[in-house]
Amino acid sequence: MQLTLEFGGGLELLCNSVKVHNVTVDPQDGEEKLTMKKLLSWVRTNLIKERPEMFMKGDSVRPGVLVLVNDCDWELSGQLDTILEEKDVIVFISTLHGG
Amino acid sequence: MEVAEAKSKKAGPRQCSTCNERRAALKRPKTLEQICRECFYAVFEEEIHQVIVENQLFKPGERIAIGASGGKDSTVLAYVLSELNRRHNYGLDLFLLSVDEGITGYRDDSLETVKRNEIQYGLPLKVVSYKDLYGWTMDEIVKMIGLKNNCTFCGVFRRQALDRGAAMLKVDKLATGHNADDIAETVLLNILRGDIARLSRCTSITTGEDGPIPRCKPFKYTYEKEIVMYAYFKRLDYFSTECIYSPNAYRGFAREFIKDLERIRPRAILDIIKSGENFRISTSAKMPEQGTCERCGYISSQKWCKACVLLDGLNRGLPKLGIGRARGLNNGLEKDSKQTNGTKNIQSKQCGTLDF
Repeated sequence: MQLTLEFGGGLELLCNSVKVHNVTVDPQDGEEKLTMKKLLSWVRTNLIKERPEMFMKGDSVRPGVLVLVNDCDWELSGQLDTILEEKDVIVFISTLHGG
Repeated sequence: MEVAEAKSKKAGPRQCSTCNERRAALKRPKTLEQICRECFYAVFEEEIHQVIVENQLFKPGERIAIGASGGKDSTVLAYVLSELNRRHNYGLDLFLLSVDEGITGYRDDSLETVKRNEIQYGLPLKVVSYKDLYGWTMDEIVKMIGLKNNCTFCGVFRRQALDRGAAMLKVDKLATGHNADDIAETVLLNILRGDIARLSRCTSITTGEDGPIPRCKPFKYTYEKEIVMYAYFKRLDYFSTECIYSPNAYRGFAREFIKDLERIRPRAILDIIKSGENFRISTSAKMPEQGTCERCGYISSQKWCKACVLLDGLNRGLPKLGIGRARGLNNGLEKDSKQTNGTKNIQSKQCGTLDF
Protein backbone atom coordinates (compact mmCIF):
# COMPACT_ATOMS: atom_id res chain seq x y z
CA MET A 1 0.00 0.00 0.00
CA GLN A 2 1.09 3.54 -0.64
CA LEU A 3 1.99 5.66 2.34
CA THR A 4 3.45 9.10 2.84
CA LEU A 5 6.00 9.34 5.63
CA GLU A 6 7.19 12.67 6.93
CA PHE A 7 10.13 13.26 9.24
CA GLY A 8 10.57 16.49 11.18
CA GLY A 9 12.11 18.13 14.20
CA GLY A 10 15.56 16.91 13.15
CA LEU A 11 14.63 13.28 12.40
CA GLU A 12 15.01 13.99 8.70
CA LEU A 13 18.76 14.10 9.33
CA LEU A 14 18.63 10.37 9.96
CA CYS A 15 17.28 9.74 6.47
CA ASN A 16 19.59 11.72 4.21
CA SER A 17 17.87 15.00 5.16
CA VAL A 18 14.81 14.06 3.13
CA LYS A 19 11.63 15.08 4.93
CA VAL A 20 8.92 13.49 2.83
CA HIS A 21 9.06 9.91 1.57
CA ASN A 22 6.41 8.37 -0.63
CA VAL A 23 6.73 4.67 -0.08
CA THR A 24 5.03 1.39 -0.81
CA VAL A 25 4.86 -0.98 2.15
CA ASP A 26 2.91 -4.20 2.19
CA PRO A 27 1.92 -6.46 5.07
CA GLN A 28 4.26 -9.40 5.35
CA ASP A 29 4.27 -12.96 6.55
CA GLY A 30 0.79 -13.64 5.25
CA GLU A 31 -0.74 -10.92 7.39
CA GLU A 32 -3.59 -8.93 5.97
CA LYS A 33 -3.02 -5.65 7.72
CA LEU A 34 -0.13 -3.36 8.23
CA THR A 35 0.29 -2.08 11.78
CA MET A 36 2.43 0.80 12.99
CA LYS A 37 4.63 -1.74 14.71
CA LYS A 38 5.45 -3.35 11.37
CA LEU A 39 5.85 0.00 9.69
CA LEU A 40 8.37 1.15 12.28
CA SER A 41 10.55 -1.87 11.72
CA TRP A 42 10.26 -1.31 7.96
CA VAL A 43 11.30 2.33 8.39
CA ARG A 44 14.24 1.36 10.52
CA THR A 45 15.46 -1.12 7.92
CA ASN A 46 14.70 0.87 4.79
CA LEU A 47 14.80 4.60 5.54
CA ILE A 48 16.98 5.26 8.59
CA LYS A 49 20.54 5.66 7.41
CA GLU A 50 22.27 6.56 10.67
CA ARG A 51 21.87 6.59 14.44
CA PRO A 52 18.70 4.45 14.56
CA GLU A 53 18.71 4.86 18.35
CA MET A 54 17.65 8.49 17.80
CA PHE A 55 14.47 7.18 16.20
CA MET A 56 13.64 3.95 17.98
CA LYS A 57 13.90 2.40 21.41
CA GLY A 58 12.89 -1.24 21.63
CA ASP A 59 10.15 -1.85 19.09
CA SER A 60 8.61 1.61 19.40
CA VAL A 61 9.74 5.14 18.68
CA ARG A 62 12.09 6.69 21.16
CA PRO A 63 10.21 8.55 23.90
CA GLY A 64 10.07 12.20 22.82
CA VAL A 65 9.27 11.36 19.20
CA LEU A 66 5.70 12.35 18.33
CA VAL A 67 3.75 10.31 15.82
CA LEU A 68 0.70 11.45 13.90
CA VAL A 69 -1.40 9.28 11.61
CA ASN A 70 -3.43 11.44 9.24
CA ASP A 71 -2.74 14.43 11.49
CA CYS A 72 -4.04 12.61 14.55
CA ASP A 73 -1.87 11.80 17.59
CA TRP A 74 -1.16 8.06 17.49
CA GLU A 75 -1.87 7.90 21.22
CA LEU A 76 -5.51 8.13 20.15
CA SER A 77 -5.34 5.35 17.59
CA GLY A 78 -3.62 2.62 19.55
CA GLN A 79 0.06 3.50 19.02
CA LEU A 80 1.87 0.37 17.80
CA ASP A 81 -1.44 -1.39 17.12
CA THR A 82 -2.71 1.34 14.83
CA ILE A 83 -3.75 -0.26 11.55
CA LEU A 84 -2.68 1.62 8.47
CA GLU A 85 -4.64 2.08 5.30
CA GLU A 86 -3.94 3.02 1.71
CA LYS A 87 -2.74 6.64 1.31
CA ASP A 88 -2.28 7.23 5.04
CA VAL A 89 0.09 10.02 6.00
CA ILE A 90 2.36 9.27 8.95
CA VAL A 91 4.38 12.05 10.54
CA PHE A 92 7.28 11.60 12.94
CA ILE A 93 8.52 14.65 14.83
CA SER A 94 11.34 14.72 17.32
CA THR A 95 10.85 17.00 20.30
CA LEU A 96 14.39 16.44 21.43
CA HIS A 97 16.19 19.25 19.63
CA GLY A 98 16.89 22.71 20.96
CA GLY A 99 14.27 25.19 21.87
CA MET B 1 -16.44 -7.62 12.08
CA GLU B 2 -12.69 -7.33 12.34
CA VAL B 3 -12.63 -4.71 9.66
CA ALA B 4 -15.24 -2.69 11.49
CA GLU B 5 -13.14 -2.80 14.63
CA ALA B 6 -10.10 -1.68 12.77
CA LYS B 7 -12.01 1.20 11.29
CA SER B 8 -13.30 2.30 14.65
CA LYS B 9 -9.76 2.53 15.89
CA LYS B 10 -9.04 5.23 13.45
CA ALA B 11 -12.14 7.14 12.59
CA GLY B 12 -14.52 5.86 15.23
CA PRO B 13 -16.01 7.59 18.22
CA ARG B 14 -12.92 9.55 19.14
CA GLN B 15 -14.58 12.86 19.49
CA CYS B 16 -13.19 15.90 21.22
CA SER B 17 -13.99 15.67 24.93
CA THR B 18 -14.36 19.45 25.08
CA CYS B 19 -16.68 20.34 22.18
CA ASN B 20 -18.09 16.87 21.49
CA GLU B 21 -18.31 17.85 17.85
CA ARG B 22 -15.03 17.51 16.05
CA ARG B 23 -12.64 14.62 15.76
CA ALA B 24 -9.98 14.53 18.51
CA ALA B 25 -6.48 15.29 17.23
CA LEU B 26 -4.33 14.70 20.28
CA LYS B 27 -4.17 13.38 23.79
CA ARG B 28 -3.18 16.05 26.27
CA PRO B 29 -0.33 14.81 28.48
CA LYS B 30 -1.41 17.05 31.34
CA THR B 31 -4.99 15.81 31.57
CA LEU B 32 -5.14 12.77 29.24
CA GLU B 33 -8.12 14.44 27.54
CA GLN B 34 -8.76 13.76 23.87
CA ILE B 35 -9.13 17.07 22.22
CA CYS B 36 -9.64 18.49 18.73
CA ARG B 37 -7.33 21.02 17.13
CA GLU B 38 -9.51 24.06 17.68
CA CYS B 39 -10.19 23.27 21.33
CA PHE B 40 -6.48 22.52 21.78
CA TYR B 41 -5.45 25.93 20.42
CA ALA B 42 -7.94 27.60 22.75
CA VAL B 43 -6.94 25.73 25.90
CA PHE B 44 -3.20 25.90 25.14
CA GLU B 45 -3.30 29.67 24.74
CA GLU B 46 -5.71 30.20 27.64
CA GLU B 47 -3.55 28.23 30.07
CA ILE B 48 -0.52 30.33 29.18
CA HIS B 49 -2.61 33.48 29.59
CA GLN B 50 -3.69 32.27 33.06
CA VAL B 51 -0.07 31.58 34.03
CA ILE B 52 0.89 35.08 32.91
CA VAL B 53 -1.97 36.69 34.84
CA GLU B 54 -1.73 34.61 38.01
CA ASN B 55 2.00 35.10 38.30
CA GLN B 56 1.90 38.75 37.18
CA LEU B 57 4.67 38.09 34.69
CA PHE B 58 4.17 41.40 32.87
CA LYS B 59 2.90 44.89 33.63
CA PRO B 60 1.15 47.16 31.12
CA GLY B 61 3.57 49.31 29.17
CA GLU B 62 6.57 47.07 29.72
CA ARG B 63 9.15 46.34 27.07
CA ILE B 64 9.73 42.59 26.84
CA ALA B 65 12.48 40.74 25.00
CA ILE B 66 11.79 37.17 23.90
CA GLY B 67 14.95 35.07 23.86
CA ALA B 68 14.69 33.70 20.31
CA SER B 69 16.82 30.89 18.93
CA GLY B 70 14.63 29.95 16.02
CA GLY B 71 13.87 26.64 17.77
CA LYS B 72 10.40 25.31 18.57
CA ASP B 73 9.98 26.74 22.07
CA SER B 74 11.01 30.30 21.36
CA THR B 75 9.16 30.33 18.05
CA VAL B 76 5.91 29.23 19.70
CA LEU B 77 6.56 31.67 22.56
CA ALA B 78 6.96 34.58 20.16
CA TYR B 79 3.80 33.59 18.30
CA VAL B 80 1.66 33.02 21.39
CA LEU B 81 2.89 36.10 23.26
CA SER B 82 2.19 38.42 20.38
CA GLU B 83 -1.23 36.81 19.98
CA LEU B 84 -2.10 37.13 23.70
CA ASN B 85 -0.70 40.65 23.82
CA ARG B 86 -3.21 41.64 21.14
CA ARG B 87 -6.12 39.58 22.40
CA HIS B 88 -5.91 40.58 26.06
CA ASN B 89 -4.43 44.05 25.66
CA TYR B 90 -1.35 43.40 27.78
CA GLY B 91 0.05 46.65 26.42
CA LEU B 92 3.51 45.16 25.93
CA ASP B 93 6.22 46.16 23.49
CA LEU B 94 7.65 42.84 22.34
CA PHE B 95 11.10 42.29 20.83
CA LEU B 96 13.00 39.26 19.60
CA LEU B 97 16.50 38.91 21.03
CA SER B 98 18.92 36.42 19.50
CA VAL B 99 22.46 35.46 20.29
CA ASP B 100 24.85 34.67 17.47
CA GLU B 101 27.40 32.33 18.99
CA GLY B 102 29.29 32.13 15.72
CA ILE B 103 28.68 28.48 14.90
CA THR B 104 28.83 27.93 11.16
CA GLY B 105 26.20 25.57 9.80
CA TYR B 106 24.09 25.87 12.93
CA ARG B 107 23.46 29.30 14.31
CA ASP B 108 23.75 31.05 10.98
CA ASP B 109 20.91 28.84 9.71
CA SER B 110 18.75 29.19 12.78
CA LEU B 111 19.19 32.97 12.69
CA GLU B 112 17.63 32.92 9.24
CA THR B 113 14.56 31.38 10.88
CA VAL B 114 14.48 34.15 13.50
CA LYS B 115 14.74 36.73 10.72
CA ARG B 116 11.68 35.19 9.07
CA ASN B 117 9.89 35.23 12.44
CA GLU B 118 10.69 38.94 12.69
CA ILE B 119 8.68 39.52 9.54
CA GLN B 120 5.98 36.91 10.18
CA TYR B 121 5.13 38.19 13.66
CA GLY B 122 6.07 41.83 13.13
CA LEU B 123 8.44 41.86 16.11
CA PRO B 124 11.68 43.89 15.93
CA LEU B 125 14.79 41.71 16.17
CA LYS B 126 18.11 42.40 17.88
CA VAL B 127 21.05 40.06 17.38
CA VAL B 128 24.07 40.17 19.69
CA SER B 129 27.14 38.17 18.76
CA TYR B 130 29.89 36.54 20.80
CA LYS B 131 32.37 38.01 18.35
CA ASP B 132 31.27 41.56 19.13
CA LEU B 133 30.85 41.03 22.86
CA TYR B 134 33.85 38.84 23.61
CA GLY B 135 36.04 38.96 20.53
CA TRP B 136 35.66 35.21 19.95
CA THR B 137 33.20 33.10 17.96
CA MET B 138 32.35 29.59 19.20
CA ASP B 139 34.05 28.24 16.09
CA GLU B 140 37.27 29.97 17.16
CA ILE B 141 36.87 28.83 20.76
CA VAL B 142 36.37 25.22 19.71
CA LYS B 143 39.40 25.47 17.46
CA MET B 144 41.40 26.46 20.51
CA ILE B 145 39.95 24.26 23.25
CA GLY B 146 38.52 21.30 21.35
CA LEU B 147 35.18 19.65 21.96
CA LYS B 148 35.52 19.29 25.70
CA ASN B 149 33.97 21.95 27.93
CA ASN B 150 32.97 24.06 24.94
CA CYS B 151 29.37 24.03 26.20
CA THR B 152 30.57 25.68 29.41
CA PHE B 153 31.92 28.62 27.44
CA CYS B 154 28.84 28.81 25.31
CA GLY B 155 26.41 28.61 28.24
CA VAL B 156 28.18 31.21 30.34
CA PHE B 157 28.63 33.55 27.40
CA ARG B 158 25.04 33.16 26.23
CA ARG B 159 23.56 33.97 29.60
CA GLN B 160 25.52 37.20 29.73
CA ALA B 161 24.97 37.98 26.05
CA LEU B 162 21.20 37.81 26.54
CA ASP B 163 21.45 40.21 29.48
CA ARG B 164 23.59 42.61 27.50
CA GLY B 165 21.28 42.43 24.50
CA ALA B 166 18.31 43.03 26.78
CA ALA B 167 20.08 46.09 28.22
CA MET B 168 20.72 47.43 24.70
CA LEU B 169 17.03 47.01 23.88
CA LYS B 170 16.21 48.76 27.17
CA VAL B 171 13.67 46.08 28.01
CA ASP B 172 12.18 45.55 31.45
CA LYS B 173 12.17 41.78 31.29
CA LEU B 174 13.38 38.81 29.28
CA ALA B 175 10.98 35.95 28.52
CA THR B 176 12.48 32.57 27.64
CA GLY B 177 10.93 29.46 26.10
CA HIS B 178 11.87 26.99 28.84
CA ASN B 179 9.06 24.46 29.04
CA ALA B 180 7.82 22.06 31.73
CA ASP B 181 9.99 19.21 30.44
CA ASP B 182 13.09 21.44 30.56
CA ILE B 183 12.36 22.51 34.12
CA ALA B 184 11.69 18.97 35.36
CA GLU B 185 14.96 17.94 33.74
CA THR B 186 16.80 20.79 35.46
CA VAL B 187 15.32 19.90 38.86
CA LEU B 188 16.66 16.37 38.47
CA LEU B 189 20.06 17.57 37.26
CA ASN B 190 20.44 19.96 40.18
CA ILE B 191 19.64 17.13 42.59
CA LEU B 192 22.13 14.84 40.85
CA ARG B 193 24.78 17.54 41.02
CA GLY B 194 23.98 18.54 44.59
CA ASP B 195 23.60 22.11 43.41
CA ILE B 196 21.42 23.52 46.18
CA ALA B 197 21.62 27.11 45.02
CA ARG B 198 20.33 26.27 41.54
CA LEU B 199 17.82 23.74 42.81
CA SER B 200 16.18 26.41 44.92
CA ARG B 201 15.78 28.85 42.04
CA CYS B 202 15.33 26.66 38.97
CA THR B 203 11.59 26.27 39.48
CA SER B 204 10.92 29.99 39.95
CA ILE B 205 8.81 31.34 37.15
CA THR B 206 10.54 34.71 37.48
CA THR B 207 14.19 35.05 38.47
CA GLY B 208 16.65 37.88 38.89
CA GLU B 209 14.12 40.37 40.16
CA ASP B 210 16.84 41.98 42.25
CA GLY B 211 19.05 42.33 39.17
CA PRO B 212 18.77 44.70 36.22
CA ILE B 213 16.77 42.43 33.93
CA PRO B 214 14.46 39.81 35.44
CA ARG B 215 13.72 36.68 33.41
CA CYS B 216 10.49 34.78 33.22
CA LYS B 217 9.29 31.47 31.82
CA PRO B 218 5.70 31.66 30.56
CA PHE B 219 5.94 27.97 29.45
CA LYS B 220 6.84 26.72 32.93
CA TYR B 221 3.77 24.46 32.98
CA THR B 222 3.57 23.84 29.23
CA TYR B 223 4.45 20.36 27.99
CA GLU B 224 6.97 20.04 25.22
CA LYS B 225 4.65 17.66 23.41
CA GLU B 226 1.97 20.35 23.25
CA ILE B 227 4.43 23.00 22.10
CA VAL B 228 5.56 20.78 19.23
CA MET B 229 1.98 19.78 18.35
CA TYR B 230 0.94 23.44 18.37
CA ALA B 231 3.83 24.37 16.10
CA TYR B 232 3.04 21.45 13.81
CA PHE B 233 -0.69 22.10 13.50
CA LYS B 234 -0.15 25.85 13.05
CA ARG B 235 2.67 25.19 10.59
CA LEU B 236 4.96 27.54 12.49
CA ASP B 237 8.37 28.00 10.97
CA TYR B 238 11.08 26.70 13.30
CA PHE B 239 14.58 25.33 13.11
CA SER B 240 15.43 21.94 14.56
CA THR B 241 19.00 20.93 14.11
CA GLU B 242 21.10 19.97 17.04
CA CYS B 243 24.12 22.13 17.76
CA ILE B 244 27.11 20.64 15.96
CA TYR B 245 29.28 21.02 19.06
CA SER B 246 26.88 19.71 21.67
CA PRO B 247 28.02 16.43 23.22
CA ASN B 248 24.72 16.42 25.09
CA ALA B 249 25.91 13.84 27.59
CA TYR B 250 24.79 14.42 31.17
CA ARG B 251 21.68 16.47 30.45
CA GLY B 252 20.87 14.02 27.69
CA PHE B 253 20.50 11.20 30.20
CA ALA B 254 18.23 13.26 32.45
CA ARG B 255 16.22 14.23 29.41
CA GLU B 256 15.78 10.67 28.26
CA PHE B 257 14.80 9.63 31.77
CA ILE B 258 12.12 12.33 31.89
CA LYS B 259 10.75 11.22 28.52
CA ASP B 260 10.65 7.60 29.69
CA LEU B 261 8.76 8.66 32.81
CA GLU B 262 6.37 10.74 30.72
CA ARG B 263 5.48 7.72 28.65
CA ILE B 264 4.51 5.75 31.76
CA ARG B 265 2.83 8.63 33.57
CA PRO B 266 2.69 12.02 31.85
CA ARG B 267 1.87 13.83 35.11
CA ALA B 268 5.36 12.96 36.34
CA ILE B 269 6.70 16.10 34.67
CA LEU B 270 4.43 18.46 36.60
CA ASP B 271 5.00 16.43 39.77
CA ILE B 272 8.78 16.81 39.52
CA ILE B 273 8.36 20.57 39.12
CA LYS B 274 6.08 20.54 42.16
CA SER B 275 8.69 18.61 44.13
CA GLY B 276 11.33 21.11 43.10
CA GLU B 277 9.14 23.98 44.25
CA ASN B 278 8.53 22.37 47.61
CA PHE B 279 12.13 21.81 48.57
CA ARG B 280 12.93 23.78 51.68
CA ILE B 281 16.61 24.57 51.80
CA SER B 282 18.10 24.29 55.27
CA THR B 283 19.07 27.71 56.62
CA SER B 284 22.46 26.32 57.56
CA ALA B 285 23.26 25.47 53.92
CA LYS B 286 25.99 27.76 52.66
CA MET B 287 24.76 29.76 49.68
CA PRO B 288 27.04 31.75 47.41
CA GLU B 289 26.80 35.47 48.02
CA GLN B 290 25.84 37.56 45.02
CA GLY B 291 28.12 40.46 44.27
CA THR B 292 29.37 42.09 41.11
CA CYS B 293 32.31 41.27 38.89
CA GLU B 294 35.21 43.63 39.48
CA ARG B 295 36.12 43.50 35.85
CA CYS B 296 32.86 43.95 33.94
CA GLY B 297 30.26 44.72 36.62
CA TYR B 298 28.08 41.69 35.85
CA ILE B 299 26.48 39.82 38.78
CA SER B 300 28.91 37.35 40.27
CA SER B 301 29.44 35.42 43.47
CA GLN B 302 33.18 35.61 42.88
CA LYS B 303 35.60 38.46 42.38
CA TRP B 304 35.37 37.98 38.64
CA CYS B 305 32.32 36.65 36.88
CA LYS B 306 32.53 33.32 35.15
CA ALA B 307 32.57 34.89 31.69
CA CYS B 308 35.55 37.09 32.57
CA VAL B 309 37.46 34.11 34.03
CA LEU B 310 36.83 32.07 30.89
CA LEU B 311 37.63 34.97 28.59
CA ASP B 312 40.84 35.74 30.45
CA GLY B 313 41.85 32.11 30.00
CA LEU B 314 41.13 32.24 26.28
CA ASN B 315 43.01 35.49 25.77
CA ARG B 316 46.03 34.24 27.70
CA GLY B 317 46.08 30.95 25.88
CA LEU B 318 45.09 29.04 29.05
CA PRO B 319 41.57 27.96 28.14
CA LYS B 320 41.27 25.50 31.04
CA LEU B 321 40.99 28.38 33.50
CA GLY B 322 37.62 28.33 35.20
CA ILE B 323 36.61 24.88 33.95
CA GLY B 324 35.47 22.34 36.50
CA ARG B 325 34.80 22.76 40.14
CA ALA B 326 38.17 22.05 41.72
CA ARG B 327 39.64 24.95 43.65
CA GLY B 328 43.04 24.53 42.08
CA LEU B 329 41.77 25.49 38.68
CA ASN B 330 41.45 29.09 39.71
CA ASN B 331 45.20 29.19 40.26
CA GLY B 332 45.94 31.09 37.12
CA LEU B 333 43.75 33.89 38.33
CA GLU B 334 45.39 34.38 41.65
CA LYS B 335 47.97 36.74 40.31
CA ASP B 336 45.30 39.07 39.07
CA SER B 337 42.59 38.64 41.61
CA LYS B 338 42.08 36.78 44.83
CA GLN B 339 39.11 34.55 45.46
CA THR B 340 36.90 36.45 47.83
CA ASN B 341 35.74 33.36 49.66
CA GLY B 342 36.08 29.64 49.64
CA THR B 343 32.98 28.87 47.58
CA LYS B 344 33.39 26.55 44.67
CA ASN B 345 33.75 27.61 41.16
CA ILE B 346 30.60 27.31 39.10
CA GLN B 347 30.44 23.76 37.91
CA SER B 348 31.16 22.91 34.35
CA LYS B 349 27.80 22.45 32.75
CA GLN B 350 26.86 21.06 29.41
CA CYS B 351 24.14 22.79 27.58
CA GLY B 352 22.52 19.80 25.93
CA THR B 353 19.27 20.86 24.43
CA LEU B 354 18.65 23.80 26.73
CA ASP B 355 19.86 26.12 24.11
CA PHE B 356 18.03 29.28 23.21
